[in-house]
Amino acid sequence: MQLVLSEDQELLAKTALDFAREHAPVSRVRELRDRDDATGFSRALWKQMAELGWVGILIPEAYGGAGMGLADLAVVLEALGRNLAPEPFLSTVLLGAQAVALGGSEAQRRAWLPGVAAGQKLLTLAWQELGSRYDLCRIATWAEQDSAGWRFTGEKIQVPDAHLADAIVVAARTGGSGSDAAGITLFLVPADAPGLAVTRQKRIDSRNAGLVRLDGVRVPREALLGELGGGAELLARVVDRATAGLCAEMLGAASQVFDDTLQYLKTRVQFGVPIGSFQALKHRAARLFMEIELARSAVMAAVRAADAADAEFPALVSLAKARCSDAFVLAANEGVQMFGGVGMTDEYDLGFYMKRARVAEMSFGDAAWHRDRWARLHGY
Amino acid sequence: MPDPESFRQDLRRWLEANAPKSLVGAPGTELDGTWGGRKASYPDPDRKRWLDVCAERGFTAPEWPKAYGGGGLAREEAKALRQELARAKLPPPLIGFGLTMIGPVLLQFGSEEQKREHLTRICRGEIRWCQGYSEPGAGSDLAGLQTRAVLEGDHYRINGQKIWTSYADLADWMFLLVRTDPNAKKQEGITFILMDMETPGVSVKPIKLISGSSPFCETFISDARVPARNVVGRVNGGWTVAKALLAHERTMIADAFGAAQGTGKRRSLSDWAREYVDCEDGRLADAALRQRTAQVEMDARAFLLTTQRARDAAKAGHAPGPESSIFKVYGTELNQRRMELLVSIAGPQALGWEGAGFDDRELDLTRQWLRSRGNSIEGGTSEVQLNIIAKRVLGLPD
Repeated sequence: MQLVLSEDQELLAKTALDFAREHAPVSRVRELRDRDDATGFSRALWKQMAELGWVGILIPEAYGGAGMGLADLAVVLEALGRNLAPEPFLSTVLLGAQAVALGGSEAQRRAWLPGVAAGQKLLTLAWQELGSRYDLCRIATWAEQDSAGWRFTGEKIQVPDAHLADAIVVAARTGGSGSDAAGITLFLVPADAPGLAVTRQKRIDSRNAGLVRLDGVRVPREALLGELGGGAELLARVVDRATAGLCAEMLGAASQVFDDTLQYLKTRVQFGVPIGSFQALKHRAARLFMEIELARSAVMAAVRAADAADAEFPALVSLAKARCSDAFVLAANEGVQMFGGVGMTDEYDLGFYMKRARVAEMSFGDAAWHRDRWARLHGY
Repeated sequence: MPDPESFRQDLRRWLEANAPKSLVGAPGTELDGTWGGRKASYPDPDRKRWLDVCAERGFTAPEWPKAYGGGGLAREEAKALRQELARAKLPPPLIGFGLTMIGPVLLQFGSEEQKREHLTRICRGEIRWCQGYSEPGAGSDLAGLQTRAVLEGDHYRINGQKIWTSYADLADWMFLLVRTDPNAKKQEGITFILMDMETPGVSVKPIKLISGSSPFCETFISDARVPARNVVGRVNGGWTVAKALLAHERTMIADAFGAAQGTGKRRSLSDWAREYVDCEDGRLADAALRQRTAQVEMDARAFLLTTQRARDAAKAGHAPGPESSIFKVYGTELNQRRMELLVSIAGPQALGWEGAGFDDRELDLTRQWLRSRGNSIEGGTSEVQLNIIAKRVLGLPD
């Protein structure tokens, strides 16, 4: 495993950074929020990103994608993360399409992946429930089989881009109880399934999220995704890969907020000198820099381990997520403190980073949760 | 350069024929490696034999020019040599500050005469070196040093005191910084000079630390006469040489801490924890301790990955990135956190100084913990390192 960008990845990173600067400045996030945009991101940009090949990076060539790796997608996500781009990479590319690609039948892949790669279809994954916190297996939503197919009872929370998804991958219980891994099954539920109700949720980061109510929803037999009762493993695989991708986004955002803060330290004058000349702030900036550098190493290792199907991948994902959670939250908090009063105002962009930092931190497990998982994976 | 594979085959044959079998698996660390020098004793004659055969081939300093006793090997060949030594489980034939600190500086700044005189003797393990930098009044503010050197004909008369001189009591020569112009701006009146420790007027006193005995010494210099030709670089231009050497020193320290994270030789924190604290269902029962353990183990892994990233970038031909500036401060503080945690884990068994009721490993842990508190001071305090990162990497104003 080489912890260095390939020439192709350098080029991809540059293209993505230029694109983000030109088409997706952070001011866009404010505009979408202020007008309470019905889509929450830009369909036109999403189409362009698909044409650039980014949406289909992970999708095999046979299904219209580029068949590339997570290490390639990571440089795009990092660049877009710098400007908090809200386009549906997490919901569609990392969660929904990965669940279909890794666990779906040939028919399911043919039905969904080419449309995703083309930027036409959106998918998502509904895993979290009220009270489940970060335990992927703590699922109470039930799927019961009858002669016609499956019938669901339950509710999922904070499902990304739920109100726009053409289909939702739902993690439900077909057996077992509580936090049992056995008895979890994934289903591919079309958005137009009778009875499916999505209510948009407003979170601090203004990104799309929704409550998904499944009471009485019926789907045919073919909606089963992967193995009956054996979905926990698939769910964990998909979520680990998505977490690594989310880490790349977090790394980009943390780097940007740090760059902005440094710029401010160099230009803001108090007591007749730039405040960046004060040692109290220099040392904090230097320590923050170290945290971000270590986060970068962990992310690079995690995405490369994913592509190499390295057995250490889950541990490295936990390493990356713990580091990125801490580094991003710290970068945002330090940024606000160092900007001073204006950092608290809605007019400055810092608040957007701070809010995104908390949402990203609590997606798929915060730092403490991932440290505990690391311990578990290492036998203590 | 010969074909790499045949070069490697030749190395293997040479090692097979020349390496003493008794040294296979023998350690080569700071404590038990071969330092050489006039005062060296060789209880195991094979150590001396190994040093001599390697010196003969230039293998004690593989990348130095042959003219100065080195091996004249290309970087890849030297790497192959290190790999073959590791593969054969052989200790390095020679270690010390001659090879890691003063040698590289002489190659860069030394006169032809100095290179011929000193590098050759370093390669043969004849002279052991020590570093005369810090003074009682010049620690972090190294450039404030006061040891005076006054030119008298073709000699300098030196008066002053050096402190934290590692292994001064065992060294034959010292490279030191002296003030040659007390009226210049402090960085501009400093000269880098080489001094034989047997020069009359030089005396050494070991320093005992909170952790017990240590390699550190105080060196007192009273009217020592040192030939003017021993000046390295320009008179009053010693600060440039000094900084180049500090870079070598910090790389060495960072390598040492980086390498320590990666070896499987150390017992893992979780192994210690399982021995000293309760487990439930195979997990550490104390969730707070489990978090702290995972935190340090994960930080160590992220640090190791960062050192790997720097190496991979260098291999790919990139200039050293900003990440390498963090190694000294992060590596040393990480080691301190690790030792603090081990003390918490061992609990009352970490409190022994010597004697009954504590096993060797526990006593060693206690001493290592106490010693580790110096890691963030020696070789540039964390605070000075953070200033350097803020200025050089982040571009923050003075």
